[in-house]
Amino acid sequence: MRFTIYRYDPDRDEKPYMQDYDVPLEPTDKMLLDALVRVKTHDDTLAFRRSCREGVCGSDAININGKNGLACVTKVADLKEPVVLRPLPGLPIIRDLIVDMTQFFAQYHSVKPYLINDEPPPETERLQSPEDRAELEGLYECILCACCSTSCPSFWWNPDKFVGPAGLLQAYRFIADSRDQATSERLDNLEDPYRLFRCHSIMNCVDVCPKSLNPTRAIGKIKDLMVKRMV
Amino acid sequence: MVKRIVVGAHYGLRDWLAQRVTAVIMAVYLFFFAIALVTQPALDYASWKALFASQWMRLATLLFLLALNYHAWIGVRDIFMDYIQPTGIRLTAQIVVILALLACSIWSAQILWSA
Repeated sequence: MRFTIYRYDPDRDEKPYMQDYDVPLEPTDKMLLDALVRVKTHDDTLAFRRSCREGVCGSDAININGKNGLACVTKVADLKEPVVLRPLPGLPIIRDLIVDMTQFFAQYHSVKPYLINDEPPPETERLQSPEDRAELEGLYECILCACCSTSCPSFWWNPDKFVGPAGLLQAYRFIADSRDQATSERLDNLEDPYRLFRCHSIMNCVDVCPKSLNPTRAIGKIKDLMVKRMV
Repeated sequence: MVKRIVVGAHYGLRDWLAQRVTAVIMAVYLFFFAIALVTQPALDYASWKALFASQWMRLATLLFLLALNYHAWIGVRDIFMDYIQPTGIRLTAQIVVILALLACSIWSAQILWSA
């Protein structure tokens, strides 16, 4: 199978280049991650992140034929040759397909992605009704692979100020949680021309999410709550 | 000045809402304007002038143009926020756009009530 892979080692290369590979795959190489591991057996200088190899950890998010996705859940059979692999766009490159996700996680942390509840914890768990729990569907499943945020032009232009779809999805995940008591502070934190309102609902995030989540809908619900609070 | 990333201007919702409201105003106006055009007996200068002779038509058109200019301001500022990073140049560009849109608004009012 033919690949064109982005290569860059800041210690040795002056600038990035694309390297062509033609590597025979084994019948067991069903997913793109299997194929990448196969390529690495031929050229062990190729660097990429991977861990769980089943779409749960979010480590192997890369740009596959122009679209962000997880290598481990992308079928080799569905890909057009040569398969062009690049690192996630918009983030600093550490080496080859590995990007520096510091900015992405800084934005994630900025929305306080944890339960805020001042009441003393009960002896058992904080209970939710099935309806309240249902509000969290499509929110809690996010694995923070950064496919969405790095496909968002608003995040490319302002990664230091715009929270990005992944962070905003998690912001809404805690706003929607019946056990959380900080809704007002969370809305205050996001009411900003950059942090929330750089989103213009172009839905690139929805298009690429490997878990089929919908950050645009969550962002819309945050805006709805802000309108409800204001009018 | 210290090099610090500052956010938290605590506005944005009003503009986002205004962009939607002005979009609805424009859509409604254009719908009725299209009907008015189609139902004209003839599309000549006389019928065009008659169409804009009523105060209602003038007011609705002015409202449409104000909505258009406000909508344009929000959109253009969004573009500046993405692509013009130095604060001084961005502020200058924003002021130029505000003045231009204001001038357009006043001018359009003058045109509407001139005939």
